[in-house]
Parts: sequence; C-alpha cells; structure tokens
Amino acid sequence: MTAQALWTAFCTIVLREVRRFTRIWPQTLLPPAVTMTLYFIIFGNLIGSRIGEMGGFDYMQFIVPGLIMMAVITSSYANVVSSFFSMKFQRSIEELLVSPVPNWTILTGYVAGGMARGLSIGLIVTLLSLAFTRLSVHNLPMVVITVFLTSALFSLGGFINAMLATKFDDISIVPTFVLTPLTYLGGVFYSIDMLPSFWQGASMINPILYMVNGFRFGILGVSDVNPFVSLGMIVIFIVLLAAIALRMLARGKGIRH
Amino acid sequence: MTYALEIEGLVKNYSDGFQALKGIDLQVRKGDFFALLGPNGAGKSTTLGIVSSLVNKSGGRVRVFGHDIDSELSKAKVNLGVVPQEFNFNQFEKVIDIVTTQAGYYGIPLKQAKVSAEKYLKKLGLWDKRDTPSRMLSGGMKRRLMIARALVHEPRLLILDEPTAGVDIELRRSMWQFLEEMNRQGTTIILTTHYLEEAEALCRNIAIIDQGKIIRHTSKRELLQQLSVETFVLDTDRGLDTPPKLSGFHCTINDDGALEVDVVKGQGLNALFIELENNGIKVMSMRTKANRLEELFVRMVEDNARDDSTQAEVTA
Repeated sequence: MTAQALWTAFCTIVLREVRRFTRIWPQTLLPPAVTMTLYFIIFGNLIGSRIGEMGGFDYMQFIVPGLIMMAVITSSYANVVSSFFSMKFQRSIEELLVSPVPNWTILTGYVAGGMARGLSIGLIVTLLSLAFTRLSVHNLPMVVITVFLTSALFSLGGFINAMLATKFDDISIVPTFVLTPLTYLGGVFYSIDMLPSFWQGASMINPILYMVNGFRFGILGVSDVNPFVSLGMIVIFIVLLAAIALRMLARGKGIRH
Repeated sequence: MTYALEIEGLVKNYSDGFQALKGIDLQVRKGDFFALLGPNGAGKSTTLGIVSSLVNKSGGRVRVFGHDIDSELSKAKVNLGVVPQEFNFNQFEKVIDIVTTQAGYYGIPLKQAKVSAEKYLKKLGLWDKRDTPSRMLSGGMKRRLMIARALVHEPRLLILDEPTAGVDIELRRSMWQFLEEMNRQGTTIILTTHYLEEAEALCRNIAIIDQGKIIRHTSKRELLQQLSVETFVLDTDRGLDTPPKLSGFHCTINDDGALEVDVVKGQGLNALFIELENNGIKVMSMRTKANRLEELFVRMVEDNARDDSTQAEVTA
C-alpha cells in the first residue's frame, strides 16, 4: 500500500472507533463523568476538607490529577478491549484481516481510537474538576506527554487483553482485578510518603504510580518519584507491549485459525 | 499463463492433529466462473479461508494473479474480494458505514468510497437501506450487503462461500443474474455452494473436494458428459397414477404427477417418443431434470469414500 493509502486506512480505523464510542456515549462518556463528579464531591469536598493539606496542596487539588489519570487509564483500556473483542465476537474483524492493512496500522489505529476516548474523558473530567477547584499547570509539556503516553500504553494493554480473550468474562477480569486495584494503590488518593517504608518500596513496582505522579508533577509540580523516571518507565512499557501485540497479530493469536 | 488463483500442495493441519487439507492443487483461469464443490467438512471453506488470509496454512503455496501470499500478501489482497458464509459485519453499524469503511481499509478515500458504495448498493437493491443498522436487514439483504462490501474496492477475483444459503428462490435468481453480469464484465468468480443447480447454472469449471483432497478438477461440460443416464420430466395431457410400461425405459411419476423417464446415453429420444405414442400418451411439455450435477457429485463422493475405506482396510 502507498503511504497515502496507509494513512486512509489508519484514519478509517480511528474514525470507526470514534464513531463507535460517540454513538454509545451514555455507556462510554457519561459514566466516568458521573463517577468522577462523585469522587470530587465525596473525597474532595466532604472528606477532603477534614483531611487538610497533602504535599503542600489542599486535598482536592492533590487528588484531581490522579483522578483525571484514573479516568484516562480506564477509558483508554476499556475502549480498545471492548471494541476489538466485540469485533472478534461478531467476526467483523475479518473485514480487516482480508484487507491489505498491515498489522502495525491495525494496532496504531486501535491505539489511536483508545487514545481518542481516553483523552476525551480526560478533558471532560478536567473541565468538571474546575467546578470544584482551581487548577494551575506547572509544566504543560509534561502534562501533555504523560497523558498521551499513558493513554497509548493502556490502549495497548486493552488490545492485548482483547486478543487473548475468548469470552466476555475475560475482558472484565483485568480491569476489575488488576487495573482498578493498581490505580487505587498508585497514589491517586494519597502520597506514598504516608506509607510505612515497606509499602513505599512495594508501591514502587506499581507502574501506575509513575503515571499518576508524572501527571501530578506536570500540574502541581510535586511528585513522589522523579518525573523523568516516570516518562522512561511509560516508554519502556509501550515498547514492550507494542512488540507483544505485533507478535500476536503476526501469529493471528485468537483471530486466525 | 497467469491464473487468477493458483494453489500448489496446500496443506492445513490443526493443532488437534486433524488434517483438513491434504495437499491441494488448483488453478482458476482469469475471467472464469468456478465452482468448488464438496460435502460438509470437505475443506472448501478452509481452502478459501487460507486464500483470503483468515486461516493460516501449514504448507503449500497460494498465488492470486501471480502474487504469492507469503511474499506479496498486500498485492494479493488488493485483487481479492471475499463474501464469507456467515454474516461477519458489525450488527450495530449502518449499511453505508460498513461498505465505506471496508473501502477505507483498501486505502480508498471517503469521497471515492461513497461513490463506489452507492454504485454497488444500488445494483444490489440496498441503497434505500443505506442508513439502516445492519441488524435490521433481512437475511437476503444481509447477504447482498456482504457482496456490496466485497466489491467496493473493485476486486478482480471475487470469492463467495455459500452466497445463497437460506435465500429464497426469487432472490437467488436475481443474485445469479448479478454475479453473471459481474463475470461478464471481467471479474473472476469462485463459488462454493450446496445448491448444485447453482453451480450447474453459473459455472464453467468445477473442482470437487472431499476429505481434504481434490477428487475432480475439470470443465462442467466434461463432467456432465460422464453422465450415462439423463432424466427427462414430461408433462402429459392426462394425469398418470402409475408409470406406463415403456419398453427399454425406466419411468416414475414424481410428486407433481409428471412423468420422469431415464434415458441412457445413446438411446436417443426418438425411441422414447415412439413408445409414448404406442401407449397413447401425449406430451405437452418436456424439460431436463436439473440435478445432473448432483447425481455426478453424489456418485464421485461415494466412490471416493469407498476408495478410502478400501485403502484403510488394506493398510490395516
């Protein structure tokens, strides 16, 4: 395929994904907006006012970056895992498999689709947070790079999950039993300085900690970990997951007999 | 000579040890209307699945218009349009979106894709349904949608796996006309079907596959010449309750009350008409029973099964 044809194919996949999540917006865009508003009200306003400061900021300001990142992570992942798995389930994935679209274009198309939803949710949650607190940005490039890379990383994760899944249960196991606990334990609601030293060490092996703190550094200028280490970790994970996903596509894991 | 499709020694082994294809060789000429026939589980869909990249092969070579799927997969795919047996589109998407999205996968820009989609949706009588979610379509419409989707990038080779399964007779005939028109315009067509009447009406060349092997690969004409007996259906001037005794001919009365007569090759129809005259039977109309291919097909598959079981006994 020519570069122009590849670009058209890539845009077609992305457009299809965007059309899908906007068509079912009450399932895709509305729930995180409602959930995050509840977090802002309950944890930020009601409980947060009794907690006081954390990391030099009031509690609401402290948790906003983490909550935005949590919404981006879960939405990016959920978009790709549900979209790709339902294509497998309905066998409409065959439309792509018979076409000349190369595997890397399929992968980047789906990842871009996941990012489109993740970043849309990120934007919605950010706008909602402005109703509860004042948000100043400490380092805009860091904010943008961290949120883009994190969204890409979890879109890749969702893609691999969808490739491996053989039934609908399989696409909810990872978000429920892996993603949500890691996010809650990734410093969204607290600074790891508050933890005993053992749990501080244990937290360092949680990849989501780096993403939340990288993003928090971009917005507030404070972080539990070096923000450049955060970026490095995200890039390493992206390369690793992309290589795994491409290998699975080449082998036709779960999509070719 | 460059063929539309060339298959050499195609083998498919599944992980459970089942060998679905046992070294298939097949050539389909450019512009041909070709039927791949075989009983259920013979390997038809596996063969076409490998050609269209939905199934990984275990061995052998496949070339589409000279492009090897191992080394020039992208070029091979551009020449190929596939209509699968099962509905495989997103049930929640609109008809027009399904077709234009498929065009986009082939690198066709949206504006051009819409023109092509309109052309084929109109030809297949689906233009009025373009904004309907595909799940709302009838079974026949869904089949036509898959054909429109397969044609939107103007492939030179169209593969149809059981395209008229579950489609009523009227629609089946209109689909035949459409496919014949596509073939006349130069599209090579490969068809698998359970309706042997369909293969007999449409195809010029035929391959019969059974138990993962090609047991016959020839022209339809040559195949039909092997028939030693042909059955004619005669509508007579009066209802017959029992078959008449016609010397040298085997007769039956079918469910519609028409007379069916088996004529052995070389026997000639004159002798039949003399016998009918002698029995005072007046023939109002006459036609060939349209299941000649079916008869041959059943015979070949049975012979193949018999050969295999004999071989197994010898081996045992």
